Amino acid sequence: MKSRRELKNYQNEQHNFKLRLAVLGLLVLIAFSALAIRFYFLQIKRYDYYQTLAENNRISIVPITPNRGLISDRNGVVLAHNFFVYTLEVTPSKIDDLDATIAEIAKFVEISPVDMKRFNKQKDESHNFESIPLRTHLNEVEAAKFAVNRYRFPGVELKSRLFRHYPFGKLGSHMVGYIGRINDSDINNLDEAGLLSNYKGSDHIGKSGIEQSYESVLHGTTGFQQVEIDADGRAVRVLSSQPPTSGNNIILSVDSKLQEIAETAFGEHRGALVAIKPSTGEVLAFVSMPTFDPNLFVDGIDFDNWNALNNSLDKPLINRPLRGIYPPGSTFKPFSALAGLEAGIRKPPFSIYDNGYFTLPNSTHRYRDWKPGGHGNVDMRRAITISCDTFFYGLAMELGIVRLTNFVRHFGFGQKSGIDISGEIAGLLPTPEWKMRRYKQPWYMGETVIAGIGQGYTLVTPMQLAQATAILANNGLALRPRLVSAITNAKTGATTLTKIVVNEKIPLDENNLEIVKLGMIDVTLPGGTAASVGVNAGYSIAAKTGTAQVVGIKQNEKYNANLIDERHRDHALFIAYAPAEEPKIALAVIVENGGHGGSAAGPIARKVMDYYLLGKLPAVEPTVESAIATKPNENIPVAPVNPVVNAPEEEHFD
Amino acid sequence: MFSRLLQGFFKHIDSFLISCLLFTMLVGLFVLYSASGHSLERATSQLINIAVALVVMWLVANIQPQQLEGIAVPAYILGVVLLIGVALFGDISHGARRWLNLGITKIQPSEMMRIAMPMMLAWFFAKREASPRMTDFAIAGLLLVIPVGLIVKQPDLGTALLISASGFYVLFLAGLSWKFLLGGAVSIGAMMPYFWSMLHDYQRKRIEILIDPSQDPLGAGYHTIQATIALGSGGITGKGWLNGTQAQLDFLPERTTDFIFAVFGEEFGMIGNLMLLLLFSLLIARGLVIAAQARSTFTRLLAGSITLTFFTYGFVNMGMVSGILPVVGVPLPFISYGGTSMVTLCLSFGILMSIQTHKKLVASG
Repeated sequence: MKSRRELKNYQNEQHNFKLRLAVLGLLVLIAFSALAIRFYFLQIKRYDYYQTLAENNRISIVPITPNRGLISDRNGVVLAHNFFVYTLEVTPSKIDDLDATIAEIAKFVEISPVDMKRFNKQKDESHNFESIPLRTHLNEVEAAKFAVNRYRFPGVELKSRLFRHYPFGKLGSHMVGYIGRINDSDINNLDEAGLLSNYKGSDHIGKSGIEQSYESVLHGTTGFQQVEIDADGRAVRVLSSQPPTSGNNIILSVDSKLQEIAETAFGEHRGALVAIKPSTGEVLAFVSMPTFDPNLFVDGIDFDNWNALNNSLDKPLINRPLRGIYPPGSTFKPFSALAGLEAGIRKPPFSIYDNGYFTLPNSTHRYRDWKPGGHGNVDMRRAITISCDTFFYGLAMELGIVRLTNFVRHFGFGQKSGIDISGEIAGLLPTPEWKMRRYKQPWYMGETVIAGIGQGYTLVTPMQLAQATAILANNGLALRPRLVSAITNAKTGATTLTKIVVNEKIPLDENNLEIVKLGMIDVTLPGGTAASVGVNAGYSIAAKTGTAQVVGIKQNEKYNANLIDERHRDHALFIAYAPAEEPKIALAVIVENGGHGGSAAGPIARKVMDYYLLGKLPAVEPTVESAIATKPNENIPVAPVNPVVNAPEEEHFD
Repeated sequence: MFSRLLQGFFKHIDSFLISCLLFTMLVGLFVLYSASGHSLERATSQLINIAVALVVMWLVANIQPQQLEGIAVPAYILGVVLLIGVALFGDISHGARRWLNLGITKIQPSEMMRIAMPMMLAWFFAKREASPRMTDFAIAGLLLVIPVGLIVKQPDLGTALLISASGFYVLFLAGLSWKFLLGGAVSIGAMMPYFWSMLHDYQRKRIEILIDPSQDPLGAGYHTIQATIALGSGGITGKGWLNGTQAQLDFLPERTTDFIFAVFGEEFGMIGNLMLLLLFSLLIARGLVIAAQARSTFTRLLAGSITLTFFTYGFVNMGMVSGILPVVGVPLPFISYGGTSMVTLCLSFGILMSIQTHKKLVASG
């Protein structure tokens, strides 16, 4: 080793260098010889073959579009499929006088103004040498008529194309989603993902819902044919081909009948419902009302339909379960309750005497209960059953906002549930740091107090609320929710179940859980805030009602639903799971401007649970009307979402 | 008097190299005119590129190799800093982050590394008093991996590969032990199945397509298929200038840049191809002679690396077009359209000339 450290031996080094240079020179020689051999092979040995390909015929590679995978529900009911339709396609670059040609075609095949509009729009968006559909869905007679006269129209072709169709139309459209024509931004995304070549020949791509999020599963692999084409670009002979591989089929966890019952139950109401199977995290129903017909989008939506959907006050295009944010209201109380119990500050036999309001120490400000005069003696279980605000005001104050939010965050509040379709938003779980960042203001104790009853800044999506309920029903085991149960490989027919993903196991004291659950069961029993929902159910339901105010009610003003514009009425919320002893379904319902949670949202939940648990179809008219009168009106005090800087000394909630 | 002035002006230009270069560039201009669909505009623009590149070459040829040695480290550091800048603030185009917008102009720092890398490593080994030891090679390896890693991340695999090659040539010529080379080759070979098993299906698919483009005839494979048809149909003598059907009828993609060799091969045939190989061989041979005659460790290593990197460019491009190598974006030296590669190449040949023509001064001094 020592000798290696000696000063360089220049002569030796020179010699070594030249030797290595010679080795590399040899490498050059070998590499160039390899090239020369390759040239010999291509240009002499196989000259005739390539000469033929290049001179007499031109070779062209024609993509063969794969069949898109089907989407069906958990029982095999197909929600999205493909069918062949005849389309009349025009290649503008091959036609001298486009207008005259179209006028001539119109003598055989009806071309409506809507068709023309769409054609012109696509013509402007595409390159001239692409073929563009002029008319789609030709019937047999029209197709035959054109076929006979085809020779007169070079550059116009009758093609048979696969079209996507959603047989149930509006049913579950936010979940299934839709496909639409590939646009420039899709092309950029595909290019960046290195997938563009697989989309040669594809006109459509998933734009929303399952269709978008499972695009890579559904699309399949594009096949191709190497064909010889003549001078006019017509295929003469197929040289080689590789068939396409169809996209894989997707089996949803959703039950389409359940979905239909839920959507019907909403009637004219706007809102959302998410039902989850707690033991697996599978989503059983995913409702966003109102819905829209995804078939409108497949072929490029026309201007009038788009305007109608986009400008509607009901906002049918919004995916409410994932993107609608609402204050949770009293549906938050079971989670506050568990936070208090787990922290050890509200252990039985703790109880309060509620005289109708709560005050912070050293303050005269009264946080009122929804029931004037109060509920009297209230322990934890009863506080949930009757939705006692005063009880939770005190609980939240003693727990503090940090402990409260840190605990409920485990139930998914303030974060995305991780459901397998994109577009979800995280809602909001406020903390003092967040408030400082957002409003440059310190956190006030009063904000903690109302956070205890799900008011103030807290915002949830229906998905989150359902997920939180499922986690509760599951005794703290948080599973990632998913819409896809299984994927069937189109080639092998093998079905792969999607995996259950455990997000976390929240360590909870069984006794504490028991108290909250008993309180929630009592909610649907006589005396509870949703007693009507439990009437003659035949199974036990654990539930919680909630109400979220849409517009601030001024001081000393009485909330009267009948006097308020429909769109300014409170949102009704309802969470439930059943059967309470062995939960098979957990759900959250939000009825926008529905008023009280028990009366507006509860019956929808009941119909869904009845069908899922008992196979019972809902009666034509709701049968629970009679019970509604027995329910107290739960007027929830609400802090305005945007805090008023100059808050009055005393707030009156009523 | 005038001839003496002229002689002084061309004192540092190697006449053999410049003759081969000018001839290659001339051929390139003719091919480009044909490939661009008879575009005088394209050819003129390339002519300007050539003019700029020749000026750069003349300037560099007149710099003393010692001065080059002096700027090796700053050039390398600047290059790495700019590459980090690209990674942080670079402009994205075609899905890759390669350009750095300096406000006045956009630059592609990876191009700069093509020269800075061999200079830096040659400087590094020139500085070692003793014969380089294993630790020296380890440090040199690190100097190589940092910029290459940054370029791989952009991602620009073609450039990363070629810069790795230029660095490897320096290591090899500096005396990297045969045992290590053999050991490295064997261990990489042995690790392959393991890496393969670690990859996702789609990643495997991509590598498979890289190796065998015919699996993806709609994407990467399309280029190769059309290029082999162009070459093959050229035959022995070629279809003649401006007569290549594949080239003229829009079948060939990127036919003025990376795939220009297909146009050349279609129009000038096997004879043309062999002539081009001969031209390249002459340039390489001259470069190797310059390296062998160089007096200092720095110039020797630099000349060797520059020459073999030039070979690598040519070989990878022709190999890719004729379908024996995977498709990576590498232009054909002196023929493909593009100012950056023209200037970088002429710069490197300027260095070769500088090394050759300043030799006497070094010897006497």
